Amino acid sequence: MTCATASGPARPPAASELERYRRLRQIRRFEETLLALFDEGVLNGTTHACIGQEADAVAVAEHLREGDHLFSNHRCHGHWLAWTGDAEGLLAEIMGKPSGACGGIGGSQHLCAPGFKSNGIQGGIVPAAAGIALAMQLDGGGAISVVFLGDGTFGEGAVYETLNLAALWGLPLLFVVEDNGWAQSTPRRRSIAGSIPARFEAFGIPVVAVESTDVTELSEAAGRAVAGCRARRGPQALVIGTYRLCHHSKNDDHRPREEVEARRASDPLHVHGRRLDPESRAAVDAAVEDWIAGVVERVRAR
Amino acid sequence: MIYARALGDALRGALAADRRVILLGEDIADPYGGAFKVTRGLSTAFPDRVRATPISEGAITGVAAGLALAGYRPVVEIMFGDFLTLCFDQIVNHIAKYGAMYDGGVRCPVIVRTPSGGGRGYGPTHSQSLEKHFLGVPHLQVVAASLWHDPKALFARFLAGDAPVLHIEHKLLYPLTAGLAEVAPADPVTEEGSPGMPPTMSFRLVARESCRLTVIAYGYQAELVRRVVERLGVEEELFVELLVPAQIAPVDYEPLVASAAVTGRVLTVEEGASGWSWGTEIASELGRRLFGSLRRAPDVLTSSADVIPSAGDREAEVLVGERHIEAAIREAAR
Repeated sequence: MTCATASGPARPPAASELERYRRLRQIRRFEETLLALFDEGVLNGTTHACIGQEADAVAVAEHLREGDHLFSNHRCHGHWLAWTGDAEGLLAEIMGKPSGACGGIGGSQHLCAPGFKSNGIQGGIVPAAAGIALAMQLDGGGAISVVFLGDGTFGEGAVYETLNLAALWGLPLLFVVEDNGWAQSTPRRRSIAGSIPARFEAFGIPVVAVESTDVTELSEAAGRAVAGCRARRGPQALVIGTYRLCHHSKNDDHRPREEVEARRASDPLHVHGRRLDPESRAAVDAAVEDWIAGVVERVRAR
Repeated sequence: MIYARALGDALRGALAADRRVILLGEDIADPYGGAFKVTRGLSTAFPDRVRATPISEGAITGVAAGLALAGYRPVVEIMFGDFLTLCFDQIVNHIAKYGAMYDGGVRCPVIVRTPSGGGRGYGPTHSQSLEKHFLGVPHLQVVAASLWHDPKALFARFLAGDAPVLHIEHKLLYPLTAGLAEVAPADPVTEEGSPGMPPTMSFRLVARESCRLTVIAYGYQAELVRRVVERLGVEEELFVELLVPAQIAPVDYEPLVASAAVTGRVLTVEEGASGWSWGTEIASELGRRLFGSLRRAPDVLTSSADVIPSAGDREAEVLVGERHIEAAIREAAR
């Protein structure tokens, strides 16, 4: 496979409420299945699941189009699935198969597909995403570069250097911040002074801020952010307040149990699932079970 | 023509030949034209593709990574080699890794150029030769400018290839006259080396069989060694062969082995601080390959493992100079 160019895949853009639910459910079941496969001893290394944050990826990806580029971080499976749709390539990669997306070399957090890359170094991907945006500016098309970062990443200097450059040079770069309140085991109050939106505003970068796990609300916000970035051909931030319902990587969750339990009420699958009629929702759930079983079976057989 | 001008012309040629070539760096735009004036005139000729940047070595190296991933051919100038520490993450964990960790799915051919070395009294943080910290980084080529390697040919090679390159330019080379014909007009300099590798230059006043020692050096040190080699040969008939590679990592061992197998003695010379160095690696490898046919263990000459003082006399004590080279050659050739 080659992913040398910046051009991205073409997933169906506009999503119905049912389709959105299916995408959320696919990411959730993929991550849960991955964790089960780890327990089974089939997988090597580590992983960072995005359980609870699936709606961010689904909401942003549905506003991207062919030619756009998405750069992600260590917690990248949701972004990958929402943008490339290639579950088998990802599972094979994490299973270390030669047929994986990166031949089994990259593993969970070093992924590449047309229009998608991820790397496991906090902050270091942000200037690379800006470089891709500069390439888009020089190419003169309408494409945008998107980079996902977490609240913990705001401890890294490379982020601030890039905010400055992106604003100075008017780069078509969308910063999507998934602020889940915890940087691994360190709560936000011990890792971040001041406000995240104010950081962008200090550089003159417009911010859309939304505190939600509701994919519909997030999609509306993401739509505004993407449209702003595209229309102005300049940097834009989308800051999402969310929550991680799983551990950071594997069996390493020391957050207060009652805090995590309280946030289960805002599980994006429940929030969005309530909108659907129970029969349709059950049908999607069943279809996704078949889908993930098929993915696992085919990849195991590779 | 002085080296700085020859290098500037090489960059101008690269910009003219390929619209994907982009130059990024602090203060590289006109009228300033870079701290060492290498890029003077280029932003006027190519305003969209020669950009002065904020003081953000990490980010501009990272931006270059993104440009390269998207098909461009970025050339980054880091104003002083000492500042490479600020690019270490981008070079090691991003630029050098992308191609391999994505299983060949991308290329990231960033060229990072930087002036290095002392001799100008700039003191502890503007005089170092830190390239040894980048030697051995998988998939990274480290290349050192010399007066004998045509920068036009070297940059054409970099731009035709896919590998990320760190190009080390000793700042004392910039004002010196460059080019084989000018540097050693009367004496034979021959190109050696393996196919596909940048040439290793060989300088000797007599046949290899009459040389008592093989000296291996790069960059400005190679020029210092040449002066000593010429003087010792002419004045004392103490003949040694000087080998000057352009690419210092990975090393093309063939020309080094071919020479050392005949002379039986090896001395490496570099300006970086002693220990864990380019020379110790070469000494180890040549010792292994030529064990039994060497007449003494390979010698390694480096600068002292110390900060580089600003005061001229004290700087000269710390950094390798001609007198250290002469003493080391006499000792190794005994």
